[in-house]
Amino acid sequence: MAKITLSNLRHSYMPNPEGPEDYALKEIDLDWQDGGAYALLGPSGCGKSTLLNIISGLLTPSEGRILFDDHNVTDLPPNQRNIAQVFQFPVIYDTMTVRDNLAFPLRNRGVDEARIAARVAEIAAMLEVEEMLDTRASHLSPDNKQKISMGRGLVRDDVNVVMFDEPLTVIDPHLKWKLRSKLKELHQRVKATMIYVTHDQTEALTFADQVVVMQEGEVVQIGTPVELFERPQHTFVGHFIGSPGMNVLPAEEHGGGARFEGRHVALEGAVTGQGGKTQIGIRPEFVSLADAGLPARVRKVSDVGRHAVVEAMVGDTPVKAIIEGELPEQGAEVHLAFRPSHTRLYRDGWLSTEVEGAA
Amino acid sequence: MKTENQKAWFFVLPVLLLVAFNALVPIMTVVNYSVQETFGNNVFFWQGLDWFEQILRSDRFQAALGRQFLFTFLILIIEIPLGIIIALSMPKKGMWVPVCLVLMALPMLIPWNVVGAMWNIFTLPKIGLLGYFMNDVLGVNYDMTQDPLAAWITIIVMDVWHWTSLVVLLSYAGLVSIPDAYYQAAKIDGASPWKVFRYIQLPKMKTVLTIAILLRFMDSFNIYTEPFVLTGGGPGNSTTLLSIDLVKIALGQFDLGPAAAMSLIYFAITLLVSWLFYTLMTKDDAK
Repeated sequence: MAKITLSNLRHSYMPNPEGPEDYALKEIDLDWQDGGAYALLGPSGCGKSTLLNIISGLLTPSEGRILFDDHNVTDLPPNQRNIAQVFQFPVIYDTMTVRDNLAFPLRNRGVDEARIAARVAEIAAMLEVEEMLDTRASHLSPDNKQKISMGRGLVRDDVNVVMFDEPLTVIDPHLKWKLRSKLKELHQRVKATMIYVTHDQTEALTFADQVVVMQEGEVVQIGTPVELFERPQHTFVGHFIGSPGMNVLPAEEHGGGARFEGRHVALEGAVTGQGGKTQIGIRPEFVSLADAGLPARVRKVSDVGRHAVVEAMVGDTPVKAIIEGELPEQGAEVHLAFRPSHTRLYRDGWLSTEVEGAA
Repeated sequence: MKTENQKAWFFVLPVLLLVAFNALVPIMTVVNYSVQETFGNNVFFWQGLDWFEQILRSDRFQAALGRQFLFTFLILIIEIPLGIIIALSMPKKGMWVPVCLVLMALPMLIPWNVVGAMWNIFTLPKIGLLGYFMNDVLGVNYDMTQDPLAAWITIIVMDVWHWTSLVVLLSYAGLVSIPDAYYQAAKIDGASPWKVFRYIQLPKMKTVLTIAILLRFMDSFNIYTEPFVLTGGGPGNSTTLLSIDLVKIALGQFDLGPAAAMSLIYFAITLLVSWLFYTLMTKDDAK
């Protein structure tokens, strides 16, 4: 187990990168605490797999250093970093039995057979694959193959970190849920540092204690699932997380608050900084129908079960609201109220208001 | 309601006719010859299984069969590992891939009799480049027209030159189909290069290797043109492989009965060994 530090990390797949747009990873500084459950969340192509491969040593970064417990491992190959990685598609050794598959990483490191047998039995019990230990791995179903891949990652108890690269992509939806909770349970039992890469917010939020949100090679926010939901540091986080995502509305600063479609909107607190493009961000959960407020015309009502998503036009701008209870008709004229404590100003995408009472 | 009709037969018929004319009919004429004796004028006498017995008991056939098995065995144990090694060392991506593939495919594009003629001229002492080099530069006594060992080495090297590419291309196709994640996982699992080969590359190449071994077995077991052009079966009978011997009996001596019996025995052996290979190599999958 180890604390992992990424310092001034940059990576480009081009031999001679020039501008920042040539970098797949732009300037990453991150600390991963020992024993934490992390998720790396971001859309496809945001650099999360690149970052993962740099930590595992499959890629050498163009610039910067990787430290495991303050020990520089930047130039070490994967087998000397003592890490484990589970890939998007199950990787199993077809000709071996499940037992030999699980034992493989230990045998390669010369662990003695008694210890191997004990570890394999323990991991098999955790993954509930004991009854298939002696079958050939090539005959397993995809989800069991992926379980074995995970098992190979978890079988060594001295690994610095176990990394998961979108491991549930090929799994059937009804088994996804099972494997996901299994993983969470495993983390609590083995206490290893785990990094889980995904573009699925549900997977990230259910698995991780800390979620690292990435966009275009940059880390935009690190936080607990609640923090990401409650106070997105960047409009991207607000938009990417949540269903539907945060409303991001064009607005100007206006006397300590903001002006949206010609009306004053109260913000959570004092505005910081100045200039740039300003927008207000508010989650649909905090938009409600009211007797007074922003006049709007309901354009679409989608009932998603427990609540409904109402899309209303304020002037020319669509605003989404999550409404429980009585629903307005399509085309109805309504008034929208924004809850001030969750209404924030963003400047060039980044959060630009302070919580009331903060320094 | 299912309507039944017999139209399907019309779709199968062309294939049936094709198979009948290119396989069944020729084989049946051979079967016909193999149980009869003729002295010309289309007069035939029933001979039963005498020709089969005669062929199987003849020293000449047994010697040719022995040479045939030796030849096939030698080229298989050279070409299969060599092909795998070359495929493993070929680049997996980049501009050199097409270059390598074309270079590999070239020997296979040359007509078989041309291959024989090329190697004949190439290895002749005094005239051929290799012959001259061996005899007059290195001072090694090398003459495949006189020395059986030299003749054997030459036909083996010629076949390796001509057909290893097939094994290379098939193995290569198997290798490039392995996703990167397998190699990455193996690195992380701390697997040695040998283990990567043994547990990842070899299993993934297995299907194509089965095909490669079968094709190389059948082709080499039935080989005729190249050794015939190169050595004509000599010196003496030292490189007279089964098919060369068969042609000598059928067209040289015009012994149609024994030749037909020999063809059928030859065919049966090829079929049996192919079946054995296939069964042995695929039996693991059924487990």
